[in-house]
Amino acid sequence: MRQVQHQSAFHPTVILWMMVGLSGFVLLPWYMLDDGLFSFSWVSDGYPFDSDVAPALFLVLQGQKMWLAPLGGLLVLPLALWGRRKNDPVFGNVLIAVGLSGLVWFFAQGYGISLRGWNAAFLTDMFGKLPERQFGMGWGAGLVGSAFLFLLTLGIAARGAVGGDVFVVSSIGLIVGLVTLFILLPILKMLGSALITEDGGYSLSSFAGKFLSLRIWGLGCITGGSRCGVAWNSLFLAVIVGIVTTLLGLVFALIATRTNARFQKLLRALTVLPVITPPFVIGLAIILLFGLSGVFTQGWAWLFDIQPTRWVYGLPGLLIAQTLAFTPIAFLVLIGVVEGVSPSMEEAAQTLRANRWQTFWTVSLPLMRPGLANAFLLGFIESMADFGNPLVLGGNFDVLSTEIFFAIVGAQYDQAQAAVLAIVLLVFTLSAFYAQRFWLGKKSYTTVAGKGDAGVHPPLPRGFTLSIGSVAAFWLMLTVLVYVTILYASFVKLWGVDFSLTFGHYIQAFSVGWNEFGLHWNGSAWDSFFTTLWIALVSALPTAIIGLLTAYLLVRQRFAGKGAFEFGTMLSFAIPGTVIGVSYVIAFNVPPIEITGTAIILIVSFIFRNMPVGVRAGVASMSQLDKSLDESSLTLGANSFQTFIRIILPLLRPAILAALVYSFVRAMTAISAVIFLVSARYDLSTSYIIGRVENNEYGIAIAYATALVFVMLAVIGCMQMIVGRRNIGRRGQAGSANQIQVPGGG
Amino acid sequence: MKQILGTAALTASLLAGTAIAAADSLTLYCSADEAWCQLMARGFEEETGIKVDMTRKSSGETFAQVKAEAANPKGDVWWGGTGDPHLQAAEENLTAEYLSPMRDELNDWAIRQAESAGNRTIGIYSGALGFGYNKDLLEKAGLPAPACWKDLTKPEYKGQVQMANPNSSGTAYTTLATMVQLFGEEDGFQFMKDLHKNINQYTKSGSAPIKAAGLGENMIGIVFMHDAVAQAASGFPIVTVAPCEGTGYEIGSMSIIADARNPESAQTFYDWALTADVQSRAKDVNSFQVPSNTAAVQSPMAPDLSEIKLIDYDFKKYGSSDERKRLLQKWDEEVSNLPQ
Repeated sequence: MRQVQHQSAFHPTVILWMMVGLSGFVLLPWYMLDDGLFSFSWVSDGYPFDSDVAPALFLVLQGQKMWLAPLGGLLVLPLALWGRRKNDPVFGNVLIAVGLSGLVWFFAQGYGISLRGWNAAFLTDMFGKLPERQFGMGWGAGLVGSAFLFLLTLGIAARGAVGGDVFVVSSIGLIVGLVTLFILLPILKMLGSALITEDGGYSLSSFAGKFLSLRIWGLGCITGGSRCGVAWNSLFLAVIVGIVTTLLGLVFALIATRTNARFQKLLRALTVLPVITPPFVIGLAIILLFGLSGVFTQGWAWLFDIQPTRWVYGLPGLLIAQTLAFTPIAFLVLIGVVEGVSPSMEEAAQTLRANRWQTFWTVSLPLMRPGLANAFLLGFIESMADFGNPLVLGGNFDVLSTEIFFAIVGAQYDQAQAAVLAIVLLVFTLSAFYAQRFWLGKKSYTTVAGKGDAGVHPPLPRGFTLSIGSVAAFWLMLTVLVYVTILYASFVKLWGVDFSLTFGHYIQAFSVGWNEFGLHWNGSAWDSFFTTLWIALVSALPTAIIGLLTAYLLVRQRFAGKGAFEFGTMLSFAIPGTVIGVSYVIAFNVPPIEITGTAIILIVSFIFRNMPVGVRAGVASMSQLDKSLDESSLTLGANSFQTFIRIILPLLRPAILAALVYSFVRAMTAISAVIFLVSARYDLSTSYIIGRVENNEYGIAIAYATALVFVMLAVIGCMQMIVGRRNIGRRGQAGSANQIQVPGGG
Repeated sequence: MKQILGTAALTASLLAGTAIAAADSLTLYCSADEAWCQLMARGFEEETGIKVDMTRKSSGETFAQVKAEAANPKGDVWWGGTGDPHLQAAEENLTAEYLSPMRDELNDWAIRQAESAGNRTIGIYSGALGFGYNKDLLEKAGLPAPACWKDLTKPEYKGQVQMANPNSSGTAYTTLATMVQLFGEEDGFQFMKDLHKNINQYTKSGSAPIKAAGLGENMIGIVFMHDAVAQAASGFPIVTVAPCEGTGYEIGSMSIIADARNPESAQTFYDWALTADVQSRAKDVNSFQVPSNTAAVQSPMAPDLSEIKLIDYDFKKYGSSDERKRLLQKWDEEVSNLPQ
């Protein structure tokens, strides 16, 4: 397709990565510094000789950390290729050998040698006690590691993989590397830690004991005991929530597309609410409305002269809260499906004298089946992963996600127990995810083809319209009631005691004053607000880049193992936040990657939690771009990197913006993973709000949450204005770039 | 190449020479309430100029962290949190011995705590166990005010009492251990079984029951009395009760971590934290524990320990992990599985 153009004696990309690797080895501090990655005080802290801040070369020259020396040797080895051409098999083979052995040694030394010398007993037995130890990897190590990775991909490309395209092979290598390091590895480490016993050994039987314990799988609630295991609770709740949200979502999708109801627009507007509502705020509002002292419970008790009860805590409250939160997600999925059922099928049925009800029941509904299953599975996964609502409303109804949290933070502090629970949760969500992809993915129910049709769906049966209309109206009222309660509660002085209105909570959280240095952010919420803002902003860009790059590889390139690649990149969607949080704590609080308590771990967790959003946005809009565009660019002599940058990216601008905004918004509302990862220095809005809720300061918690909702509304509004509605074809496209399915904050 | 390296090294060493010596610093592990932790960290910074890097985690988590970091300690001082994990850390030599010049000013119980751990920890505050109730809800339901532990097992309070789960909360474990010491093991467990019938929820966190009561979501919560007082101080209709039979208590502790990186800053903080002035500040952040310094000023709202019948709580026995495990397992098997 293209010709190799470099005539120079040495491949420039090889030089580039060698330089990167060597600068990591020779110039930058090898280890992570106490002040974090973005502080440069190390320059004056005895650099380059002090062993804390020394680059690897200086360490080795001083006779320390001799195990780093081979890495330097491997980095200069590609010089042996001087004068060889890219299509020479030796060129590729040497690079593969260098990259592979470099990576293997790099990780072997990182995981083999840790804070206490050898990391495993068998290494001590084999080599004797090691007097030296090492800390987490820093800048130098990072550069050296990536140099080896890209030398490897260069070699693979030179051997002819994916048409010898260096950019594509390197991109695949990069994404595989990142996904392995930040998704697979933590999960595997967590699986390993589930085997650890209390005295630090490994044991399968202790794992089995924990895994099969009655607390997880007990069936007491059926056999007459007091309660069932957490696994059954989670499963039961998730199934019901999945069914209810799917049915409600279908109702709204039908109303939005097949009736002339006036609240259509309102319906669509409401779908954005759960995306931008911080978690557990809905739960709080439900307590205020239906709790023991809630307006409705008290009113009911007064009306019928009975004792008010705590009925809402447990299954009922969770059902209400999760249904409110996740119905819009089902709606977003189903509206595309309901629109996608071709009117010609329905017309045909009617021509054959089916009445409206028969048409709907025997034609329209069966055609929606995959969409319904999809919506059910999404609701199921969301409910399983939900953390905020069970935290405030759970009562004695324990579910997996909160049990994981309390196994880590409570007095029991049992990492192995948390890991066991996380595994159970992971098995459930992954099965649902797997079912969604491989069972539904293969069925085609496409009925919208190029053929013309009237484009108008037949009306629904009248009685049916009426009943779904009233269901929808009831739900709308409940939603509005919940949000009005939230807004109102943010102005109430002390809920339950003093209902006078005040701006006090907003002032306490967001007051601004002047002092001798100028503007002073007095409010107690500013710290976490600014931290959240910059971390969300910083993580949005890499999320979008990695997501779009992945989408490009998935849509435009063919390579071996693409199926596994796709599964790996979408995997983090099915991993509940609590599981990610626990596995990050377990995997990243010891060398070689030691980033707990830093901002980096938050950014990394956001990038990989939200990556599927970027991928979806990219895939959706890239499928709409004709491949001939790339081909003409390639024919005109551009390489695939130039094509990606100059042709595809500009055309994807709306998708990029959408991915940016959604990853930003999700980062602002995330709680389940970050609650494990925040520290005093890097506290986030959501964990700050949880802290206030735990302290009974509902007013300030709700005021802060309300402010966040408005901030995010503004951000989304701006995006809508910038992106606008983009219609390339004549038909309004279902599921276009403006409608990315965004799972809730979770 | 060599020359470049040489120059770089020279420049770097020059830079290092001219750099100002880094200010003293202190890494503080704090296991008390967030606001109180902030108060301590910022106050120490302001008064000594020593930079404080504070991490707040529950005492269970902090213990696990200190243990994990034993080969490479990162923390200097561990301040706050219930005494058991501090005692356990002392037992495993994770914390360092230190005799503060401030000891003369402290209450007996604080010194006893230090001596039982070979002076590797010391009491900084204490709090008695008790319960609190929402007087509005009680009135509305027309129920009498409970005054004793045994009152809580009466059938009229069915579904109105909350306590934390002893597996996940130190407060609830203290409750369990108190009942065993107060009534004897058999009667203590009988009490827990009777109480179980009235419990509407075993919460995860120790202070959650009284917070729910403050919001009117629960009537009676079994908690440390200072937590109940804090709710009343925030304006909630909570009445704090010191049970008539007597009650157990916790001693919040402080320890210096063994082989700390900044041992001098750690000792400075240790002495500073034991002064009457610093301990008097707790009430400003709604913490109503009893300070260990006899001269410290207590809030008038705080429970007066001298008027509360305290049992002779055996911290050594009931803090040991074997006894703890045994009691928790017994509670799991004999109490928590009963139908309500």
